[in-house]
Amino acid sequence: MSAIAADGVWKYFGDYPALRGATLEAPPGACVALLGRNGAGKTTLLRILANLSRPSKGEVTVFGESARDEKVRAKIGYLGHGIGVYDDLSAYENLILFGQLMNVPDTKAAAEAALERVGLTRVRDGFAREFSRGMRQRLAVARAFLHNPEILLLDEPFTSLDDRAIAVLHELLRDALSKGATIVMSTHQIREAMELATQVALLERGKIVHSGPRTDEMLGDPGWLYRKYEEKPK
Amino acid sequence: MKQGLLSALFIARKDLRTEFRTKEALNASVSFALVVLVLFSFAFDLGRDEFYDISGGLLWLVYVFAGALIVNRSFIREVPNDCLDVLIASPMPAWSLFLGKVIASFVLLMIVELVSLPVYGLLNNIHWVDSFWPHLGLMILATWGITITGVAFSAVTVNVRLRELMLPVLHYPMLIPLLIGAMQISTALLKGDGGDLSADLRLVVVFDAMFSALSLYLIEFILVG
Repeated sequence: MSAIAADGVWKYFGDYPALRGATLEAPPGACVALLGRNGAGKTTLLRILANLSRPSKGEVTVFGESARDEKVRAKIGYLGHGIGVYDDLSAYENLILFGQLMNVPDTKAAAEAALERVGLTRVRDGFAREFSRGMRQRLAVARAFLHNPEILLLDEPFTSLDDRAIAVLHELLRDALSKGATIVMSTHQIREAMELATQVALLERGKIVHSGPRTDEMLGDPGWLYRKYEEKPK
Repeated sequence: MKQGLLSALFIARKDLRTEFRTKEALNASVSFALVVLVLFSFAFDLGRDEFYDISGGLLWLVYVFAGALIVNRSFIREVPNDCLDVLIASPMPAWSLFLGKVIASFVLLMIVELVSLPVYGLLNNIHWVDSFWPHLGLMILATWGITITGVAFSAVTVNVRLRELMLPVLHYPMLIPLLIGAMQISTALLKGDGGDLSADLRLVVVFDAMFSALSLYLIEFILVG
């Protein structure tokens, strides 16, 4: 059974089909790098997987159950384009709030551990609005990982991260994978993604045109997959 | 259900905490209400009895316009940093998120109303103290109706470019039955008129019940589609 699967997903914005029958399966414990040019539909697909948008056609399942189910949503951690934390709450208050909403059993301990993991313990009572961009990103990462989700949906997680935040994120992702979590991440930072990925999917104009295991060719040459499909006659 | 109600309280506490820190909506709403009350006191050159006849109407106009500034912020507060996405993706049901926002907006609007009422009485020589407790009951009922419909429309317009303009255009026509009832009851209470107010009270209660049920039922469709 797939950890998360999209089956023939279509999404229309007006008359424009942003997704055209996209089918993607992520087995438990896999790390899927979702690649594609700007406008290919990566964010739209991730938002549908995260239950933030309904597909016009098709179905999304998480461990065989509907992704709309509230219990299923508790298994998912989502990190989108926005950092998803409140500027007028402290780092600690933000994590306590999201811990409570995610039904984390001991929210205080979980929040403190999360701050420790991303190196924000020293500034735990500082407001998020006072943080630098890198610190805000680390807080967002702490928020997404707070409830130890079984599935992580990450939309361009490496974008605008500083070196330290990239290292923190890499460590957290490796740790999550070692515990059996499933990761689906869209990214343009192919080199970083390939280091972690076990599967690679390429979206082109709303369709998954390639889906399969990451190969040594992809690891050695991050642009290889793009070139392969660009060279194909349309 | 219990976890849903608890989540609603977490959201309400978060909204109130951030609002009391920034006072963005509260300061704007209280200031607006006080300015309008001062203007009203100069605008009408009426005798004491004539003023009592329109007192309930004026009071609720102030409340509903000041309320727009409160309810307008309820979902806009979630726009920076895409916090709304995180809330929708969480296991919390959509109705919990909505209820939390309604509770927070209700508390804030009640504060505005409780500050405005004595000022209104003072500026216009209206005796409001004698009828305070029944009036407070009315304020609770009608303010619930204003906030539950206002927050629902705030959710509808949160992704609309001209949301600040759209919200009153959608919200005010919807409030007409509620305001008719509340204005009639307020006028009667301030005048000390002990007539039969049951029809107006029924109107307010039915409005609250109907729109509470409808909003809670439709909110997931509004937020996720």
